[in-house]
Amino acid sequence: MARPPVSDEELTERYGPHLNEAPPGGWDHGLDPDRTVETHCCFCGQQCGIKLKVKDNEVIGFEPWYEFPFNEGKLCPKGVKRYLQGSHPDRLLHPLERDPSAAGGFRQVGWDRALDRVVSEIRRIQAEHGPDAFAMLSGVSLTNEKSYLIGKFARLALGTANLDYNGRFCMVSAGAGNKKALGVDRAPNPWSDIPLADVVWVAGSNVAETFPITTSYIWRARDRGARLIVQDPRVVPLARTADLFLPVRPGTDSALFGAVLHELIRRDWLDHEFIDEHTVGFDEAAAAVADMTPAWAASITGVAAARIEQAAEWWGTSATGMLLHARGIEQQSKGVDNVLGAINLGLATGKFGKPGCAVSTITGQGNGQGGREQGHKCDQLPGNRDITNPEHRAYVAGVWGCDESEIPGKGLSAEEIIEAIHDGSIKGLLSICFNPLVSAPDSNFTQEALDKLEFYAVIDFFLSESAQHADVVLPGSLHEEDEGTSTSGEGRIIKINAATEPPGEARLDWKILIDIAERLGRRKYFPYESTREIFEELRLASAGGTADYLGVTWERVEAEMGMFWPVPEVGHPGTPRLFEGGKFFHPDGKARFHPIPFRESAEVVDDEYPIWLTTGRVVSQYLSGTQTRRIGALVRQYPEPLCEMHPRLAEQLGVGDCDLVTVTSRRGDMTLPAHVVATIRPDTVFIPYHWPGAKAANQLTNRALDPISRMPEFKVAAVRIAPAAGRRDTTDERDLDLSEGGRDLSLR
Amino acid sequence: MTSHFGDSPVFVIDQSRCIGCEACVQACVECGTHRGQSLIHLETIDRATTTQTAPMVCMHCQDPTCAQVCPADAIKQTEGGIVQSALKPRCIGCSNCVLACPFGVPKYMAELDQMMKCDMCTDRTSEGLKPMCASVCPSEALWYGTREEFAAGRRGELLREFRFGRQDVQTLVYTVVDDVEPGPLDVLTGRARSWLDDPFDLEETAS
Repeated sequence: MARPPVSDEELTERYGPHLNEAPPGGWDHGLDPDRTVETHCCFCGQQCGIKLKVKDNEVIGFEPWYEFPFNEGKLCPKGVKRYLQGSHPDRLLHPLERDPSAAGGFRQVGWDRALDRVVSEIRRIQAEHGPDAFAMLSGVSLTNEKSYLIGKFARLALGTANLDYNGRFCMVSAGAGNKKALGVDRAPNPWSDIPLADVVWVAGSNVAETFPITTSYIWRARDRGARLIVQDPRVVPLARTADLFLPVRPGTDSALFGAVLHELIRRDWLDHEFIDEHTVGFDEAAAAVADMTPAWAASITGVAAARIEQAAEWWGTSATGMLLHARGIEQQSKGVDNVLGAINLGLATGKFGKPGCAVSTITGQGNGQGGREQGHKCDQLPGNRDITNPEHRAYVAGVWGCDESEIPGKGLSAEEIIEAIHDGSIKGLLSICFNPLVSAPDSNFTQEALDKLEFYAVIDFFLSESAQHADVVLPGSLHEEDEGTSTSGEGRIIKINAATEPPGEARLDWKILIDIAERLGRRKYFPYESTREIFEELRLASAGGTADYLGVTWERVEAEMGMFWPVPEVGHPGTPRLFEGGKFFHPDGKARFHPIPFRESAEVVDDEYPIWLTTGRVVSQYLSGTQTRRIGALVRQYPEPLCEMHPRLAEQLGVGDCDLVTVTSRRGDMTLPAHVVATIRPDTVFIPYHWPGAKAANQLTNRALDPISRMPEFKVAAVRIAPAAGRRDTTDERDLDLSEGGRDLSLR
Repeated sequence: MTSHFGDSPVFVIDQSRCIGCEACVQACVECGTHRGQSLIHLETIDRATTTQTAPMVCMHCQDPTCAQVCPADAIKQTEGGIVQSALKPRCIGCSNCVLACPFGVPKYMAELDQMMKCDMCTDRTSEGLKPMCASVCPSEALWYGTREEFAAGRRGELLREFRFGRQDVQTLVYTVVDDVEPGPLDVLTGRARSWLDDPFDLEETAS
């Protein structure tokens, strides 16, 4: 039974999160490194270049990497402090086995015992319940090499169809929309195109907090005179100086995009030549928005018709423009609709395949772009190939040296795997770099599911909240302990370099997987002695697919500071900008318009749950917080979740700033301090999701999935709010000196 | 990285670009000469109504008020005009400088019994590197480069002359304004309405 072995308090005392406050040896220890390693930040999809200072196999600090062209030395606070995840007291140093009688609930065991146990449980469960009863969940903080290896490992070593990845909770709606409309799943343009745009439209992306470096690109466009449009339920920091703000009600983005298309057509702000020559389906898309007037959209979205008309005019009459979208429009049960609605605006005005022109997702996770190309999605094989396509299967089987029939078919998506665990059809799970207890919707349900597992093995470097449920924990490697490549949100393949070696008995992730494969008798498919060998096979496996890495070499990636795929042959320069000359990736070379009628989100407010809830991130925390909740300076910036609400709503509820409120949805409830700010729609509250247990915003969120992308609806739920007894002073560290006042703050 | 035209680099603050991310604060702590201590200020203006935040480094006044009011003569300037932290042997911890600085920059560090302040990362700039905060700042609210580079790439004008009461202050560090000489303000006719006056159109729908 995969229940936590001991109480939360005991687990926390032994395994944290504890706060790392200072570099190895303390602040006074000096900063005299043995060497400096050029690598990248381990966090978001921007993958900023950074130099890590290394002494005695420990990272002791950082130096800006000015020469790396994407960020030219810039870093957000997470990037500055990322080095403090190393040399951390919570670091897992030995294999562990669940043991309620041991201090902290786990006993230290040898690698052989741990691996043998994992393999015997895989075999038992698969013998009793079939191969798909054992599932694997992976993460896209992992390199391309590991992502590729995991896709192959699950299919050929575990022999399960049920492998999926946590990008399913991040940018799959964008990927699915891009493939449907454009024939390929990649950001169309390098970020260096943003400054060339005359209008920058940011839809559902709190850029300042989630992609901070991107603000500098947007400012470069504005320095040239570009207009900035921000579409968000909150006046997020980037919106504060925007030329136009579209305060959209959660779950109505496609209505807004539809009304803009309606206006573009009514005013004939269309690129007819582009539509005729390079697209199909315009008439159907136009018919779908025939009645979507700005006045109609105003009643749905809460955005005044005049603002919608203004957005349409700026988008329609600007020679160049970039519409950048992220999780705000994508993490919905109609995330794909929203993305396709946005792409329609780009196609209608010919804003693709030219400098400063694109509708583009901003990929969220570190290797969110590359990780989703290498075949560790439930429906894909390497090179962005389709696991249900016989030709694609045959090609990959040829590279892998297996029979095509040995590759399982399409499996369940991440949330569906959790649901299948809950209903008992999946009995065993291996996860790596995935903390679904915090990051999956409806966390009470997720907890019930994990409790039901007959066997749960985890590969990770800290004991995440999900790993607390594990039967066996295998200590893996940190980002800075292994080398490989990742692919940033721009589609730029970059080189990750190792700064240190795994401490204690911890091992490199890929070696652990190969050890398991060997014990399963499948070593012949995993002959690698280095990650470079994995990459060389990845090149071949991707060749001919849309995400073609054939011409990519580690040497060129380092020398050129990144290469943009596709790179279909050796010597090819790479492809920074897609679709030039209006050539899209569908077989006929044309892009697809899609008719997008408006439909409501899966849950809408009513008398019982009258307030909209939306969730998201803060600048100082990353995703489920497994890493960033262990770094003191980042925790102090925003120590705990707050419920952002407008003063008008606060007055209706009879609460003031810092008063505790209980927020209840159909899934659960949580009590937390109110943060009364006039920067959010009065009908909507916002709660960031980085925390576990009673502080988990995902106790409230809805498991409803997008029918195409299988993305859960993190961004829209209905809640009711009631005052709770008491208040708690909230700290906004911006007013404090982190190095002084911050140290004395007692953390709650 | 800097000077292309023989002009030496300058430090520029554009408060309007600040996104409040605290990268500057976190990076200041990492600076080699005062590791573990942040000497930069990042103020939240009024979070109840706005996300506006404002970073403040030392402006490095030509004739620094902090040094004028120091009874122990502990605050010195370098030849390049950088105003330094109080000399440890001289500082008496009186905090006159903390109170007198028109920009609110010096910090009295009780643990050290010393006033410390931003020295524009002299250790870095002397080696041709940008100061730490201006290196990492994601939005380039804190920026370090030549005036020619600024004029070529950035909107706004550079300002470094201030008047506090009857005190004229000229600084090494520049701020960015729309117009250095805007002329008299016409407060009666007002300005054009912006969406910021009513982000959610509540006034129209209030009734």
